[in-house]
Amino acid sequence: MTSSNGTRLLSRNFALPGQANLDTALKRGAYEMLKRALKMKPEEVTTVVKASGLRGHGGAGFSAGMKWGFVPKDVFPRYVCVNADESEPGTCKDRLILEYDPHLLIEGALICAWAVQAERIYIYVRGEYFYPTRIVQRAIDEARAKGFVGENILGSGWSCHVHLGTGAGQYICGEETGLIESLEGKKGWPRLKPPFYPAAVGLWGKPTIVNNVETLAFVPRIIEIGAEKFLSYGTPKAGGPTLFSLSGSVNRPGVYELPTGVPLKTLIYDCGGGIKDGRRLKAVIPGGSSSHILTAEECENLKMDFESVVAAGSMLGSAAVMVIDETVSIPRLMVWMTRFYAHESCGQCTPCREGTGWLLRLATRILEGRGRRRDLDDLYELAENIDGKTICALGQAVAWPTKSYITKFRHEFEALIQE
Amino acid sequence: MDIPDTLVRKSEEIFFSFPPERRESALVPLMFEAQRELGCITPDTEHWIAETVGVSLVKVREVLTFYSMLRRERAEKFLVQFCRNISCCLAGAEDLQRHVEKKLGIRNGETTADGLFTLRYVECLGGCSWAPMMLVNEMQYYQLTPEKLDRIIEGFRSGRPVPPDEPTPLLGNVGEKIAV
Repeated sequence: MTSSNGTRLLSRNFALPGQANLDTALKRGAYEMLKRALKMKPEEVTTVVKASGLRGHGGAGFSAGMKWGFVPKDVFPRYVCVNADESEPGTCKDRLILEYDPHLLIEGALICAWAVQAERIYIYVRGEYFYPTRIVQRAIDEARAKGFVGENILGSGWSCHVHLGTGAGQYICGEETGLIESLEGKKGWPRLKPPFYPAAVGLWGKPTIVNNVETLAFVPRIIEIGAEKFLSYGTPKAGGPTLFSLSGSVNRPGVYELPTGVPLKTLIYDCGGGIKDGRRLKAVIPGGSSSHILTAEECENLKMDFESVVAAGSMLGSAAVMVIDETVSIPRLMVWMTRFYAHESCGQCTPCREGTGWLLRLATRILEGRGRRRDLDDLYELAENIDGKTICALGQAVAWPTKSYITKFRHEFEALIQE
Repeated sequence: MDIPDTLVRKSEEIFFSFPPERRESALVPLMFEAQRELGCITPDTEHWIAETVGVSLVKVREVLTFYSMLRRERAEKFLVQFCRNISCCLAGAEDLQRHVEKKLGIRNGETTADGLFTLRYVECLGGCSWAPMMLVNEMQYYQLTPEKLDRIIEGFRSGRPVPPDEPTPLLGNVGEKIAV
């Protein structure tokens, strides 16, 4: 994809040997942008990031600069949490940043910490990421030994410590307040809102910026090329490129860094080499398993930015694109999807804890040909009763896809119901 | 109980990563490391953790039972965590499940008669573009086929493990070198 390599901003060093090692990364300019940022006033850094249009790449798509701006003026200490709990089904791009360019992430997190004057950074990596965790731990140690992390960083008088946080197998800890609870040594139950933003009340009750790995890894590039240039790699409302995790029925699955707003068909056909075995496209899950499914027709002219995907009735989410070909049964997909949420519901809210189990049981019954006619309406109503009735977004994350599978592929479910 | 020195040292490192008045924060990483060292968290270990962190036993039990990777019973020698989420299933994980069950002669949650392998189906391991994937203990294996699976299992059986896919292969344009 030579045409798209012009926007290979974040990943440009992935394929170069030794990038995970500090000495090699330094030769390619690692931590130069930290030096530059440390010469700026903290609030100037936030202003630049705001102007760059950088949005959260973890799922919600919230403006990063705006989030940083929510930190209350006089409350200290402050913290930065890097959300490396990558667990949304279909999403596998943060893993590559952790494995191939961990210093880019640490540099971005440090620039963020400088902007909000935080004194500690926690990189919370999901427990199943054993290898990525080892690489990140080594990178932190290297950066500390060279004075990029710790006391009086690069002679600036500012100190910031970087530590690893440990996930232990719980999807819910990717929810930002669940992550904070977990870091505090508790079960990762998401917090009641308000307070709405951890930026105001977060880790140990103090101002805390929680940002996704990819989001923070873009920050050094913004300092490097400037807000305006960065913005030009995306859309006016979402600056910069996006790392798309492409999986499912395509010939060339992989992670593609492309301009935000790239046509979905470019991703699937030009990058992904089209549908496997010459089959036809049936549907696409555009933003991780929590997003509404889109039919092939709905994908026709779709552009992959937050606003366009919402306008098409789904969401960009974590930009995890799962491609479904004509041979895949949607009722089967429903079982795979609901099984995940039934397993991962944390148990805090009744509609989700009980509802996800019932969704899975009903979906399984239909798939196995034991469904009753009213099961389909019950499924829909169950989803309706979870949607918006839970503390965190996991409720809607299962409700939305459930409703969309039934609405858009009702005939496939009905065909399995005998009576 | 006797806690190995290595674990005691590790616990000091973990405590050091949090402000001194926030010892409770060490709970999850400490249990994770204890399990790595000891194989599981027994009631004795729970006592030690409660004492060294300075929290109640019931608090330790609450956290221990919440996280799916923490376990109270020792796992067998090789814990095979096989992904069965959407992307892996789209890449044929269900057929592979039948293959691995046949190969090992066990089903989900069971352990082989020789005590070597425990099989567990899990949800998304974050290897979607390299599906199907699995973890064997701490090792990641991608793009599984029946042949590759057989090789991996035989490798562990014979004490010469197939090298894991580390780092993750670069698929997609992020793997292309660009002229500077």
